[in-house]
Amino acid sequence: MKPPAIVLTAPGTNRQNDAAFALEQAGASPVCVDLLDLPGRRGEIERAKLIVIAGGFSYGDALGSGRVFALEAERLLGDLLPQKVSQGTPILGVCNGFQMLVRSGMLPGALQHNERGHFECRWVSLQPSSQLCVWTRALEEPVRCPVAHGEGRYLAGNAVLEQLRSEDRVAFRYAADAYPDNPNGSVEAIAGVCDSTGLVLGMMPHPENHVTERQGRAMVTAQKRGSALPLFRNGVAAARAS
Amino acid sequence: MKNGPEPASGASLAKVIKPCGAHRNRALTRQARQLGFAGLSLKASEIFFLRGETDTANLRSIVTRLLDDALGEAARLEVGTTAVPAGRLVIEVARRAGVTDRVATQLAESAARSGCRIEAATGSRFEMTGAGELSEKDLRFLVHNLLCNPVIETWSFGEVQPGFTSATTEESSTVEIVPLCGRPPEVLARVNNERALALDPEEMEAVAQYFTAEGRDPTDAELETIAQTWSDHCSHKTFAARIETDQGEVVPLLRQLRETTREMRAPFVLSAFDGNAGIVAFADGVRLAIKAETHNHPSAIEPFGGANTGVGGVIRDVLAAPARPVALTDILCFGPRELDHHDLPEGVLHPAVIKEGVVEGVADYGNKMGVPTVAGAVLYDAGYTANPLVFCGCVGEVLQGYDKLSGPQPGDRVVVVGGATGRDGIRGATFSSMTMDATTGEVAGASVQIGDPIIERLVADLLVELLDRPDPLVRALTDCGAGGLSSAVGELGETTGVSVDLTAVDRKYAGLQPWEVWLSEAQERMVLAVPPAQATAVVERARHLGLSACDIGEFTGDRRLLVRHGTKPVVDLPMEFLHQGRPVRRLRAKLPSPDREPDTRRREADIPKTLLTLLAHPNIASKEAVIHRYDHEVLGATVIRPMAGSDQSGPSDGTVIAPPHRPSGFALGIGVNARYGLYDPEHMAHAVVDEAMRNITASGADPAQTALLDNFSWGDPRRPETLGDLVATVRGCCAAAQLYGAPFVSGKDSLNNEYVASDGTRRSIPPTLVITALAHVPEADRSIGTALRGAGHALVLTGRTTREFGGSHYNLVTGNEGGTVPAPDASAPARYRRIHALMREGLVESAHDVSEGGLAVTLAEMAIGGRLGVEATLEEPDECSALFSESLGRIVLEVREENIPRVLQSLGDEAAVIGGVVTDYHLRLGTHRWDGTALERAWRGDA
Repeated sequence: MKPPAIVLTAPGTNRQNDAAFALEQAGASPVCVDLLDLPGRRGEIERAKLIVIAGGFSYGDALGSGRVFALEAERLLGDLLPQKVSQGTPILGVCNGFQMLVRSGMLPGALQHNERGHFECRWVSLQPSSQLCVWTRALEEPVRCPVAHGEGRYLAGNAVLEQLRSEDRVAFRYAADAYPDNPNGSVEAIAGVCDSTGLVLGMMPHPENHVTERQGRAMVTAQKRGSALPLFRNGVAAARAS
Repeated sequence: MKNGPEPASGASLAKVIKPCGAHRNRALTRQARQLGFAGLSLKASEIFFLRGETDTANLRSIVTRLLDDALGEAARLEVGTTAVPAGRLVIEVARRAGVTDRVATQLAESAARSGCRIEAATGSRFEMTGAGELSEKDLRFLVHNLLCNPVIETWSFGEVQPGFTSATTEESSTVEIVPLCGRPPEVLARVNNERALALDPEEMEAVAQYFTAEGRDPTDAELETIAQTWSDHCSHKTFAARIETDQGEVVPLLRQLRETTREMRAPFVLSAFDGNAGIVAFADGVRLAIKAETHNHPSAIEPFGGANTGVGGVIRDVLAAPARPVALTDILCFGPRELDHHDLPEGVLHPAVIKEGVVEGVADYGNKMGVPTVAGAVLYDAGYTANPLVFCGCVGEVLQGYDKLSGPQPGDRVVVVGGATGRDGIRGATFSSMTMDATTGEVAGASVQIGDPIIERLVADLLVELLDRPDPLVRALTDCGAGGLSSAVGELGETTGVSVDLTAVDRKYAGLQPWEVWLSEAQERMVLAVPPAQATAVVERARHLGLSACDIGEFTGDRRLLVRHGTKPVVDLPMEFLHQGRPVRRLRAKLPSPDREPDTRRREADIPKTLLTLLAHPNIASKEAVIHRYDHEVLGATVIRPMAGSDQSGPSDGTVIAPPHRPSGFALGIGVNARYGLYDPEHMAHAVVDEAMRNITASGADPAQTALLDNFSWGDPRRPETLGDLVATVRGCCAAAQLYGAPFVSGKDSLNNEYVASDGTRRSIPPTLVITALAHVPEADRSIGTALRGAGHALVLTGRTTREFGGSHYNLVTGNEGGTVPAPDASAPARYRRIHALMREGLVESAHDVSEGGLAVTLAEMAIGGRLGVEATLEEPDECSALFSESLGRIVLEVREENIPRVLQSLGDEAAVIGGVVTDYHLRLGTHRWDGTALERAWRGDA
């Protein structure tokens, strides 16, 4: 049976269909649920085996990226997301979803304006680096996929960085530290981090936009490989195991 | 300079100052340097004004919860006067009351959710160091170009007064009567001028005659409605005009384009020049809607808002098709970036400032809508300094309900959904039909709208729900664009008649006059004709999504436009007069007589230097600094991207979009070359159609299944020479469409792109035609990029090179004059079809067309895209022509050795192997050699 998955959205989310497509390709059965549909559709989230918080500009990011999304999710869902994690449900926050997870305190650090001061869309290579994270565990090759964000510069204090390193929670690093490989000036070229359980992954790049051969056709060479489909397969496998 | 409304007494006013961070300060300091203010350093903060019956503890909690950022500099809460640090100049800016402000709205809403009822307004604060030396004039220039746009903001040295939206005046229901009946032409001319109606004298006369016959004078709203409906922007009166030339009268321009399409009988055209967008269905049966618009005048005075709402407007055109938007295009024309600001015409923003605002405006709307911006062009010419051009295009997938749109039926409800109505963008249609002068920025303040893409995102979701089903809940729809409700309701009710009550229209704030509600161009609104039984459901669904929605009246059946404000009549006009009463415009055109003699002059040049100069010319140089600010990946359907090669290092021709679940897709190609238009407008039309066709062919699309879009941006058509250029261009468009078998399905003209300087001199833009090609890609897996793919492959030049330098970039960068504009190539269409067949067989590795700068630039760009080398030999007709001539109809193909015989067999003597691809990153053309890194440095500049 395909594990039921939720793509969680808020008004202004725009990559939900891309995320749902990737989940389908990876063998899950996704539906989109918007915060506007709550509390009516809360049961679907309770039953979900996997959750993706999709990218976009929730509430226009009017008070800073992901902030209102996090506040509204807390108001409408209470502590349902942390509860899901304690039940073993894998959660992936992509881009605005990552920003929301950071604002809600489920992931550490902060996502600030890109160092260059504006939105940036380009393909990057990601080195998976965590064996704790259920999403990146045992990924054999780098992942190539686009970034598309204005506030994706990952920053954290030294103590947090030290903790992330020592607990194997840096899930992805950009291929190099300098622009444009590291497109936003993230500290230590960090592109994604996970929580202490390894179930919750937040990342700025968009793996959901590289799950078919054609999407990556012009962007992949013998030296620069990497579909993001194995990442979603990992998530679905973890959902099955939960 | 303080002119904002005073805050109401009683409620406490607090101010939160939140430092923006280094990224913003660096950008501002860089932009100031670009404008010629080198010693200046700027520190920016956001200001949030909070007003309400609340205490400091509550305010502090708002700051912590809603404004402070982790790891960022903390925001300061201030009550009372702000201390100005010594040695610094402090300028504060506040958004004007009534201007769309999503941040303020969200702040008040989120504060209310946590139990704190406040009003919010926003602004900015800038601390400048190193400004001591600046003259008053320079300082003012700096403020108006970099810190504040007076069209939407007020500013002050030191403390500024906030623009709380609720501070506007009380509701009003004044309907003014304008005396016209029996008045002499001078009076009519004065009314026309004072009310900025932008009508011709004959049209004013027709209006006066109508009301004289009716035995009454018009209301203000009636006059405005007529002016909007009859504007060039809405009624295309120049394209419908009777035009007299030395060679007799020509068929009206729009009819020429329509008839050309009709005569071609292309089976894939479902709807052309009708409604909001053209609609096609290629071999895969997917129905696509396409439209491109201009937003030139608004972008000149408020670049961000103008471009932002230009994108929003064209997306609504496609939503109204009805379709789901899937791709955006943008073609931008600016004045020279390095212009000394002392040389700027009075009242005109600096080109670098316009560019920055426009690019940010396009990016903001498209990125937030979640529609990829995938194709475009950026051009620079001194002619665009006072009149920048912003063309925005959109492609959508038509919704299922399209077949069931029957048009409004008597009794259907008039439902407005989207944003609420405010005093934004009043008189946009007439404004865009006027010539600009130094005061345009001030008087046209209300003509500029500010967009809210998140609202439009929700409108799109709503329309998909209502219309992407076999039994749509809507019978007709259109968007509120120029003219607002007056145009949209008037247009939708043209065949039935319609009656609406303006008191039912949702307002952003009180204080609007009835005519303002009727004319407002507040953004993100659609007008729907809804069967009465569905009206409540539609309104409720829209409100559930957080949209404004109101039922304002009904379609009647009496063929009259009736507008009331409560019981007070505001407009009462027969649809026939409104839509058919305008006298046909009569214009004179003087046709151009271009030089088309064969060019016998050999040209010489310092070839190594010339190629590097061409690559560095802003028209040819890399556009990556713009392209990477647009999300071109959202929806996961982008196959060929605007930057080519796995490093995204080279330029693309066409871009290809194909949803991941479908084998086929479509390609977009853009053709534009205003320099040709200066010398030979008719051949320019051929050339830019050819460019758009080359682009889609090179990317793997089928040139036999291609539809075209025209967008004309021109000067004042009442000048016979300017109109003559337009007539010649339309003639060229029609001939080219027939030649390529590519019909026009939609188009738009933007005229009067002129600026009158304070000394009375006029500046017109160069005649600018943009052609967009939308083409079928039968197998997206076989789409082709421009970047070289492998050493050892051969390079095949297809098409013929002759000596054609008129309007060329070789002339531009070498200071040469003369030569002929590239002539139409009658053999190109058949050749493109053969190239397409070769691509379908998998025989082509990469392909890139030859355009500005000639073959040398093409080969350099292919090398840069693939970071591989090229070695080629070049002969005829002479070295300079071989390298830099811009003859049409040429595409370079990268072909594997084993496939060369098959390719040459198919293309005959229209193709020749000119060289091959090598591993070492360099370009060798005959005896000349360049390092790849040197080419790339020239082409990429400081990107």
